[in-house]
Amino acid sequence: MSTNSEVDQVVPASAPAPAGVDEHELMGVAMRPVVQTPRWWWPSVGVLSAIVVVGLVAWAVQLADGVGAAGYNNQAFWAIYEANLVAFIGVSYGGAVVSAILRLTNAAWRAPLTRIAEATALVTLPVGMLFIIPHLGSPQKVWELVWPPYWNLSSPILWDFFAVSTYLLATLVFFYLPLIPDLPLARRWLSTEATGRRADACRWLYRVLGGGWQGTPRQKKVLHLSIGLVAIMIIPLAVSVHSVLSFAFSSSSRAGYLETIFPVYFVVAALYSGVALVVLMVAAGRRLFHLEAYIHPRHFVRLGFLLVAFGAAYLYLSFTEYLIDGYSGTTDNASWVRQILVGRYWAPFWFYVVAAGVLPLLVMAIKRTRTKGGVITVSALVVVAMWVKRLVIVIPPATEPLLSSPATPGGNLAGTWGTYHFTWVAISITVAATAAIPLLLLVLFRFVPILPVTEMAELATETAPAEAVAAPAVTSAVLSPAPPGWGAATSLGRYGVAPVGTLPGTSSNGLSGPASEQRKWDR
Amino acid sequence: MDETTTSTGAGASCCTPAPTGPVPVEGPSRIDRRRFLSRTVVSLFGLAATGAFAEVLDEQHSSATTLPEHAKAAAPAATAGTEAKHQWCMVIDLRVCNGCKECTAACQKAHYLHEDQTWIDVVTMRTAAGEDYYMPRPCMMCEDPPCVPVCPVGANFRTAEGLTLVDQSRCVGTRICMNSCPYQARYFNFSDPVPAPRQPFPQEPTWPVPQAKGTVGKCVYCAAMLPSGKVPECVSNCPMGVIYLGDLVSDVAVNGMGQVIKLSQFLSENDAVKFKESYGTHPRVYYIPGHGQNLDTDQ
Repeated sequence: MSTNSEVDQVVPASAPAPAGVDEHELMGVAMRPVVQTPRWWWPSVGVLSAIVVVGLVAWAVQLADGVGAAGYNNQAFWAIYEANLVAFIGVSYGGAVVSAILRLTNAAWRAPLTRIAEATALVTLPVGMLFIIPHLGSPQKVWELVWPPYWNLSSPILWDFFAVSTYLLATLVFFYLPLIPDLPLARRWLSTEATGRRADACRWLYRVLGGGWQGTPRQKKVLHLSIGLVAIMIIPLAVSVHSVLSFAFSSSSRAGYLETIFPVYFVVAALYSGVALVVLMVAAGRRLFHLEAYIHPRHFVRLGFLLVAFGAAYLYLSFTEYLIDGYSGTTDNASWVRQILVGRYWAPFWFYVVAAGVLPLLVMAIKRTRTKGGVITVSALVVVAMWVKRLVIVIPPATEPLLSSPATPGGNLAGTWGTYHFTWVAISITVAATAAIPLLLLVLFRFVPILPVTEMAELATETAPAEAVAAPAVTSAVLSPAPPGWGAATSLGRYGVAPVGTLPGTSSNGLSGPASEQRKWDR
Repeated sequence: MDETTTSTGAGASCCTPAPTGPVPVEGPSRIDRRRFLSRTVVSLFGLAATGAFAEVLDEQHSSATTLPEHAKAAAPAATAGTEAKHQWCMVIDLRVCNGCKECTAACQKAHYLHEDQTWIDVVTMRTAAGEDYYMPRPCMMCEDPPCVPVCPVGANFRTAEGLTLVDQSRCVGTRICMNSCPYQARYFNFSDPVPAPRQPFPQEPTWPVPQAKGTVGKCVYCAAMLPSGKVPECVSNCPMGVIYLGDLVSDVAVNGMGQVIKLSQFLSENDAVKFKESYGTHPRVYYIPGHGQNLDTDQ
């Protein structure tokens, strides 16, 4: 990137720091996870790594004994790994939505959250993709999936592979692009504020990755344009990923899998669980790295509204699915729905209905619970309940008896339902993947600033001038006093919404819109 | 596709000596990185699209030629047009099945299968009158097998003689074919297979013995035995003569008791049906409906 060494010596004449926002100081906060090692850091990394190692051991056992070690059998051929594949790839959509959709709608309040959201997407997606390895019966032949002579273009699994790989690339680009302007800034901050081998290593990394950034108007224009473009592209890309994932199930004649609702259902489920995970990760990052001055309780309430919007849509889709399939009197559909509602799968299903169906709506509807704590609690429940819901989607149709005679509806003779048995191997691998997400995030934020400093500064300057007077400047900075402009910007609005568009026709991502409309939208 | 032709045209003109006059200034220098990348992407997409389209066409074409008889389901002799010497099928006479499961046992013994790998399964059914009867279920050898197109690595294939087989050396074990089969006729090797002694044939799709761990297996009509004139194990070991191996080309079927029938006549006289015809799979197993009427027992 930085081919000429001049860039290293000459401090790039980046755009003058916006009035009121000290980018250097803000970078100090964002770089805290990089330069400081809190007391809890090594123990946490140790415990999480140990869990991952247990998962790897379990996988080795599965390799030796076959997929049967994970509780699979001929009448439960798909179960926990397939649910994990859907759930983990699903939660990665949360990062894309919080970042891309909020970027495109010019929601300025997103700014302090985007880096954490994008990082969450970046680490959950590969972890989810890795579930294809234990899912396969012969993982030693996984290379066949990338070997074009063997490709069978009519297979939904092959298209899953294409879609998810493309999406991974897009996620990587979407994480990297907004990071570029931060890198020279972070390098300069390190030069003045930190010493030691780690600081040197990070400075080298930042020069390699972002050394060419000088903040010229042309660079800024191109960057904003690219971010806008990727933000637009990543939405249909993610929709395609989750749709194609659902085709792997619905390219079948099984009741419960052969559902036209599946693509939409999977996309909305991904959005729902993804936003919930972003809430959890933002909450953790805020707490652990002391970002209280920048991430406000109102941010959580805002995300909470996003969460219930997807939650309500998902509840509605579930309702229509079970209503219509249950209403049809055909033996296969009726017996499948009965198994879920009152049969052997009633407990996980009703757990979903309560924890991720009704409760989030209630918590956000009641003013007393519509708080940071409420949203975080609900998000934790949603992440778990949506995983359970994926099990309810995957397992019952896979255990369904297909050879029952027409005269024995529900099947008591030929039609015995299969059973999936949870084993320690399958559970260990699942828990290991879950532990890998915070582990990877902790490691990632040892190397990149946790806040998108440049973006925050830009948005603060855009929004500050007109509204700063009207706002009671909440500069309740816990650790470092918030820059006045930023503090004013974030303290506005009933739900932590910073107004945008004070400068007519300009916005952070290079997309333009009438300023008055945006204001209306934001209030 | 226009992009491809123009770019190859430019390449050809730059390799051959320019016939007259100076080379146009905006020749090769016009192809900057951006343009090169965009052309490459467009060409790749074009190639992929034509490839996929050709494959779809090809598939439709081939299924049209290998499915000559589903228009005349009860007249299987109409297989003119296919070059293969045989088109294998099965006839299962439910009127004489007593549910002894000798077929399953013989199959599992010959192929060294685990107990839950019932390549031919004998399913207990119940009539509307509450009577139990038995229905052997081998692989249906569908003319339009749903398991073939879903495999990401193309491990499933259909032979010219109408047999759907699994290449276990190719199978990666996604189990999506088990999802798509409406007859539950596919069985996975979730653990090490039953150890088998040295076999007369090498391990191949027509004789998948021993089974390979982590791959899918299914009934193959004992395909390796058919060329030497042997009938499948389930046919030869059925003490009641329930199961017939048939050939749609020669219009003949034979059971384990040596009874030979004229296929088309037998099927039409006995009102043969196919299992789950509504799924559009065009199975090649013909069932003669019944619930043990021809048995000596009072049922």
